[in-house]
Amino acid sequence: MNEIITSIFSLNTTAAAIRMTTPLALAAMGGTFSERSGIVNIGLEGMILSGAFAGVLGSFYTGNPWIGVLLAAVAGGLMAALFAIFTIKYKANHVVTGVGLNILALGATTWLMQVLWGSRGSSPTVKGLGEISLPLLKDIPVIDRLLGSQSPLVYLMFILVVAGWILLFKTPLGLRIRMTGEHPEAADTLGIDTKKIQYFSVILSGALSGLGGAYLSLGQLNWFSMNMSAGRGYMALAANTFGQWNPLGGLGASFLFSFTDAVQMRLQGLNLGIANEIIQMLPYLLTVIVLAGAVVRSRPPQALGEHYESGK
Amino acid sequence: MALINKLYTKMKENSWLANLTYSFLAIVMALIIGAILIHISGHNVWQAYYYLFYGAFGNSYNLAQTLLKTTPLIFTGLAVAIGFQSGLFNIGGEGQLYWGAFVTAIVAIAFSALPGVILIPLSLVSGALAGGLWSIIPGYLKAKTGAHEVITTIMFNYIGILATSFLLKNYFKADGPVDQTRMIPESAGLKELIPYTRLTWAIILGVFIIFIVDYLLKNTSLGFDLQAVGYNPAAAEYAGISAEWILVITMGLSGAIAGLAGSTMVLGVLHRFITNFSPGYGFTGIAVAVLGRNKPWGVLAAALLFGALEAGGMSMQLFAKIPQDLMTIVQGLVILFVAAPAFIQIITRFSVGGKGAGLNE
Repeated sequence: MNEIITSIFSLNTTAAAIRMTTPLALAAMGGTFSERSGIVNIGLEGMILSGAFAGVLGSFYTGNPWIGVLLAAVAGGLMAALFAIFTIKYKANHVVTGVGLNILALGATTWLMQVLWGSRGSSPTVKGLGEISLPLLKDIPVIDRLLGSQSPLVYLMFILVVAGWILLFKTPLGLRIRMTGEHPEAADTLGIDTKKIQYFSVILSGALSGLGGAYLSLGQLNWFSMNMSAGRGYMALAANTFGQWNPLGGLGASFLFSFTDAVQMRLQGLNLGIANEIIQMLPYLLTVIVLAGAVVRSRPPQALGEHYESGK
Repeated sequence: MALINKLYTKMKENSWLANLTYSFLAIVMALIIGAILIHISGHNVWQAYYYLFYGAFGNSYNLAQTLLKTTPLIFTGLAVAIGFQSGLFNIGGEGQLYWGAFVTAIVAIAFSALPGVILIPLSLVSGALAGGLWSIIPGYLKAKTGAHEVITTIMFNYIGILATSFLLKNYFKADGPVDQTRMIPESAGLKELIPYTRLTWAIILGVFIIFIVDYLLKNTSLGFDLQAVGYNPAAAEYAGISAEWILVITMGLSGAIAGLAGSTMVLGVLHRFITNFSPGYGFTGIAVAVLGRNKPWGVLAAALLFGALEAGGMSMQLFAKIPQDLMTIVQGLVILFVAAPAFIQIITRFSVGGKGAGLNE
């Protein structure tokens, strides 16, 4: 028993969890910005997938993975812009549009993969980002094992989450975003262009999700495979809810989900006599339990999911 | 012009016709974008769409293929649509379908001594119950704790697929390398509608369930309560309807219908339960419901369209070498366009009456 526990709560498992947190936390922050401005974003899944594909596309044609990362953010942003036009300008139902976007992204990436590379399953291998080590962190004993050597996108994620928190809670723009999601009429009365705020927030959410996708295809692996996002967009949205519509909370919730996932993988390797299917269920069960338990205490933005038309 | 004007006035009077026009225009626009993509990828558009149409309706075998693909979508589409009627978004069709299929197969095998007239209904009802019970859990969580059903039902998809796979591998697996149950007895198999095809009278059952749900929504007090909760839960509570209770019932009904999709797959097509047998019928059901504007008969029409796209897409891939995933793109676009009637209005500069999707309220 002791052996199992030490194996689960080891630095290796935690380091793996940090890696797996990266795409979730980025997309969860995307969900935070979108929902804080009042737009439910089920389309995160499709934005992650588009980002993952565009990342490989960029690296494939230029040989430079960083151009891939840039393209991933742009692709996620473009998908989000499409989502924004339908939900904000044409007042389409947020959830339905999000589902449509996810199906579109799945079809488009699989189709493009076949058109460009003649394979439905996965793309050719491209140049990935690899890992870098930060000199300062490398000298601290425990931190070294956790963060000493990681994909550059892992470090970027931490910086972005903190920057996102500052943007949302410490700047006038953040105040406007939150106000738009809480009380669009009041924001409108104060002369805030609520639509502009929503476009900004939704496109930002797409760019962040796209970066999350780039981590999957260029950070973790060096290729794109069909339906690579595998439900992470939905889990990110759950992490955002559990994290109380706060980038730091989203990071914490993402880490919790990823840690369960890492433990799940570790347990499968230990041959405990528990069926793999049962172990694999753990992260999904945790998500349900957390949602059922947490939502009682949390309060979503007041005008979430509503369409507001300025009366001026 | 006079004709268009006449048509225009007629539509203003009839929102049903307006909705039909919107959906039709959405499909046409999605197909036009599809055509552009086919052209850009260096293929002949006419040839592609010829095979799409031929593969879907060209001869009696192809038509049977279309109807075969349509059948599970009728159930999963209807499952999503009935949820929508009370404001619930059931994305868990896939997990409910797996439970329905699994329990149906187990019951059909366990009671194989019974004659078909009893065994078939028994297996179908067990499948529906399994799907219903599985969906009641997220319904209950939504009613009691407010846990958003979109996320819980998605998580329940993964859990349901893993759970049935676990039970299969550990207790019900037939000998051999494949993870599947034994064959169900012949008496439990559904009869063919068209000889030498796999089209069975499951599709008749689908149409019958459509009829029942339509009747339930229009003519019963439960149907009224359900829609009242969907329209405005707070107002419904004032009127003495328990919104929580209705949410749980609706979710149960929705899951039961999705479970039937799995049941009919097992009894009519697969004749056993196999892991990972569904190519995502539960998810396509969402698209079907959206396109059918959550009306039972609309679901039937939308399921037919998506069945035709699937069957035709396969022949397009086979004969014109165009990846059938293009049809997934077309499906996604159809949903986007149908969700935003205002978009179609502006694009076509053809303002018609009616409230549109009815999902925005």
